[in-house]
Amino acid sequence: MIRPHRKHPLWLAYAAHRVSGLGLALFLPAHFHVLSLAITRPKDLDTFLSFAEAPLVKLAEFGLVFLLAIHFFGGLRLLALEFLPWSGCQKNLAAATVAGAFLVSGLFFLRAI
Amino acid sequence: MSKSEKTLHVSVWRGEGPQGRFETFRVPRQDNQTVLDVVSWIQQNTDPSLSYRYACRVGMCGSCAMMVNGQPRWTCRTHVSRVADGDRLQIGPLRNLPVIKDLAVDMDPFFEKWIKAGGAHRPSRSRTEPIMPVSPQEPGRVEANKAIECINCAVCYAACDTVAGNPDYLGPAALQRAWTLYNDVKIDDRQAALDRATAAGGCQNCHSQGSCTRFCPNELDPLSAIAGLKRAAAASYFKRRSE
Ligand code: HEM
Ligand code: SF4
Ligand code: SF4
Ligand code: FES
Repeated sequence: MIRPHRKHPLWLAYAAHRVSGLGLALFLPAHFHVLSLAITRPKDLDTFLSFAEAPLVKLAEFGLVFLLAIHFFGGLRLLALEFLPWSGCQKNLAAATVAGAFLVSGLFFLRAI
Repeated sequence: MSKSEKTLHVSVWRGEGPQGRFETFRVPRQDNQTVLDVVSWIQQNTDPSLSYRYACRVGMCGSCAMMVNGQPRWTCRTHVSRVADGDRLQIGPLRNLPVIKDLAVDMDPFFEKWIKAGGAHRPSRSRTEPIMPVSPQEPGRVEANKAIECINCAVCYAACDTVAGNPDYLGPAALQRAWTLYNDVKIDDRQAALDRATAAGGCQNCHSQGSCTRFCPNELDPLSAIAGLKRAAAASYFKRRSE
């Protein structure tokens, strides 16, 4: 249960940012290890890459990208919140613009692949 | 209204110091009843030994704050109808401060941090000098004015998880005060105000969870004040490096 004094959007955004940040931190050493295989043991890398084609691993990859997206936009949100002394109205406009741009560029990206 | 709805089941924290437990009281429900009314009713009609604190009853003095159903509230201006969970109310001492007895907490750590953050006014002129004219439109004054209604109730301090996790963190109210002073043209040494707010336990500890702003009963915005301190600190860092 979320304790009552934490039930508001900013606290939940904080929790999402912390959890996604920790998730990424756990992933990063593994990622570097796999990259290092390219130099040290190319064969093992190829085995790993074919393993990474499995649907379950693909799903996990999606999770990682999702974590990064949460953390990236959460980080940008914090930087905007703390470094841009904007009014509420300006913030809403900016958020709407970013969301709109993301939607448009995302659609183009999906059509490209 | 059915009969059961006319009685409130109120669990109230009882105990001295860190030990204690919730004790349940039945209190008649009334229209326009505040949480402080409920606490006073228990003390006047059921248990005279119940300890709690209040003074003004009108949201001026900042002494009556408690945890109500898990959230920090100024009890004198919180209507039961707004916070009761059906006919249930849980009232505890303010979070993040040591309990003296029952619902009364020791506010000293809160006020000590206010002083540590430089909260005392250090004027740039003495009383023999003429008063410095300050335009209400001056941007620094506009920023400083936003926080002058703080009543030191410590509701924000109780809401903040960063305070809970770091006993040295100055907390939202003290840092908001530092931001006010930093913007006040009548203050003698504004860089000193910023230095105190950025020392250990200062504004960089804040994770922008915003519980302070969410719960401040006077609708002040410590979150944005602390963000202002972070901006000023970053600007001052780069300015000093390039000097
Ligand atoms: C993609 C670009 C990234 C941006 C814009 C970003 C931004 C930020 C910001 C602004 C904070 C401060 C949050 C706070 O004060 O609570 C933060 C915290 C954190 N970041 Fe990132 N970050 C990024 C990538 C990463 C990566 C790749 C990792 C994993 C290694 C990571 C791990 C963390 C962790 C563990 C925290 C602490 C969370 C907290 O204090 O609540 N970040 N990040
Ligand atoms: S915004 Fe900062 S000061 Fe306010 S509750 Fe969150 S961590 Fe505490
Ligand atoms: S900022 Fe608001 S919640 Fe915090 S002490 Fe002042 S009046 Fe109370
Ligand atoms: S009794 Fe003074 S603020 Fe509530």
